[in-house]
Amino acid sequence: MKLTGKTHIFGDNIDTDVIIPARYLNTIDPAELALHCMEDIDAAFVDKVQKGDIMVAGYNFGCGSSREHAPIAIKGSGISCVIARSFARIFYRNAINIGLPILECDEILSEISEGDCLEVDLSAGTILNKTTGKSYSSEAFPEFMREIIEAGGEIEYIKKKLGEGVD
Amino acid sequence: MASAMTMTQKILARRAGKESVKAGELITAKLDLVLGNDITSPLAIKEFEKIGVSKVFDREKIALVPDHFCPNKDIKSAQQAKDVREFAKKYGIKNYFEVGQMGIEHALIPEKGLVTAGDVVIGADSHTCTYGALGAFSTGIGSTDMATGMAAGELWFKVPDAIKVVLKEKPQKYVSGKDVILHLIGLIGVDGARYMSLEFSGEGVASLSMDDRFTIANMAIEAGAKNGIFPVDDKTMEYINAHSNKPYEVFEADADAPYAQTVEINLSTLDYTVACPHLPSNTKTVKDIGEVKLDQVVIGSCTNGRIEDLRVAAKIMKGKKIAPGLRCIVFPATQNIYLQAMEEGLLKTMVEFGAAVSTPTCGPCLGGHMGILAAGERCLATTNRNFIGRMGHTESEVYLASPAVAAASAITGKISAPEEVEK
Repeated sequence: MKLTGKTHIFGDNIDTDVIIPARYLNTIDPAELALHCMEDIDAAFVDKVQKGDIMVAGYNFGCGSSREHAPIAIKGSGISCVIARSFARIFYRNAINIGLPILECDEILSEISEGDCLEVDLSAGTILNKTTGKSYSSEAFPEFMREIIEAGGEIEYIKKKLGEGVD
Repeated sequence: MASAMTMTQKILARRAGKESVKAGELITAKLDLVLGNDITSPLAIKEFEKIGVSKVFDREKIALVPDHFCPNKDIKSAQQAKDVREFAKKYGIKNYFEVGQMGIEHALIPEKGLVTAGDVVIGADSHTCTYGALGAFSTGIGSTDMATGMAAGELWFKVPDAIKVVLKEKPQKYVSGKDVILHLIGLIGVDGARYMSLEFSGEGVASLSMDDRFTIANMAIEAGAKNGIFPVDDKTMEYINAHSNKPYEVFEADADAPYAQTVEINLSTLDYTVACPHLPSNTKTVKDIGEVKLDQVVIGSCTNGRIEDLRVAAKIMKGKKIAPGLRCIVFPATQNIYLQAMEEGLLKTMVEFGAAVSTPTCGPCLGGHMGILAAGERCLATTNRNFIGRMGHTESEVYLASPAVAAASAITGKISAPEEVEK
């Protein structure tokens, strides 16, 4: 599966409080959460972002609170994929569980500009910067996680598993 | 022969039904408790209903605690709390705690005896790592994992590597668990233990009270850790026996267990430590911090709202008055702690001092309610995070410190050491 979109760049330690501030956690509606995505670090983000765009960030993306509302807000805002140098572990699980594609890539951040156009091949784990012509590879998901992603998220995966008699 | 394992690895191996596990291995482990609150459970309930099972895996092994935006802060929060209440009723969840019996989840769950040594616990709240103080494996997850945990009673985990934290000697008067964990986060950074366990050990552990250990394990997540865990000793057993009838199992790390890194902390030379805006790793000692004037002081939260925290704060406040123009808000973490603080006269001391005392809630810690900051305001809090906008406006600032430093600072109106007000 290939994704193409313009990039929005963020730094290190982007925490879930700035991804979706707690004052908006009185709802679980993805559309409403998306209206406030990244609000406390880039108030203009929701006006700039277009469907299919790609977020690129530094180390420890999604640190802090366990709120699954964070990947939901990002997905709801139209972002098709998040590429970061590394992810905080709860965010990593949550993104896989809700079907937000994420990739770990160390090199790309230092060679990218805001608005560059990227093409991401999720099954191959490759990233092409169409603006600069440079390509990158990322760590492949373990097979176990690919099964969750291929099932369409954790709920579909567990439904299948429970259906097979595991209780 | 089984290879050497850390304490965390041993617990995970046992609950996965395996003789041994290695760091990086993917396993499925049985769950002893699945926890959620009023902002993460509504999402989990929605996902749970999609799975299509007619019951939860075990009515006694799920805990629902409406603590974040409760007592209800607005109409939408009231609806979310109602959804959780109705789910608990529909599925016969035994451990649902209504306002009035409720407390901040990570203080309440150990107090109710719902976690003991050797348990595997998941909670849709990042500070679920608190229960590592009891010798349990306990970790934060999201709402979908909570949903599948409630349905299946098991969850997949990647077996973590570990950092061994060796604690030496004893801390000085008023230096507490909060100073230990802030100092450690300052040393290794907010992602220093990412995907790893923080395993505490050394002779210094014995000098730490259970409340100190809860505080330390609670903030393991602030170093990116999957869990923080303490060895089980006499103090742990005394706590478990006083609070729980559940069976327990004591695990010990092998002497030759593999650790990615070892960090030593000499408790006797540790000073009062403060995390400056906007990361918990941005630490300084009170001595080096200079003059930092405050608008608000918050004492409470799942990190520092326990009885010892209130005792030390009240001791320093006793007979003194709050700094003019400052607001001090105190949140006992559970109803039991509230009652005990009342019986010991701590709340009277605090009210006479000029502090506001609230019912238990996570409220101000995450910028929910009951103490939100305006632009340009500065707060010293005994909570766990000081990210941009964490307690209110993006141009407000949060400093993290111990209850002793918080109480002293409430007297002077600027960040201060307890000795400065006890002269």
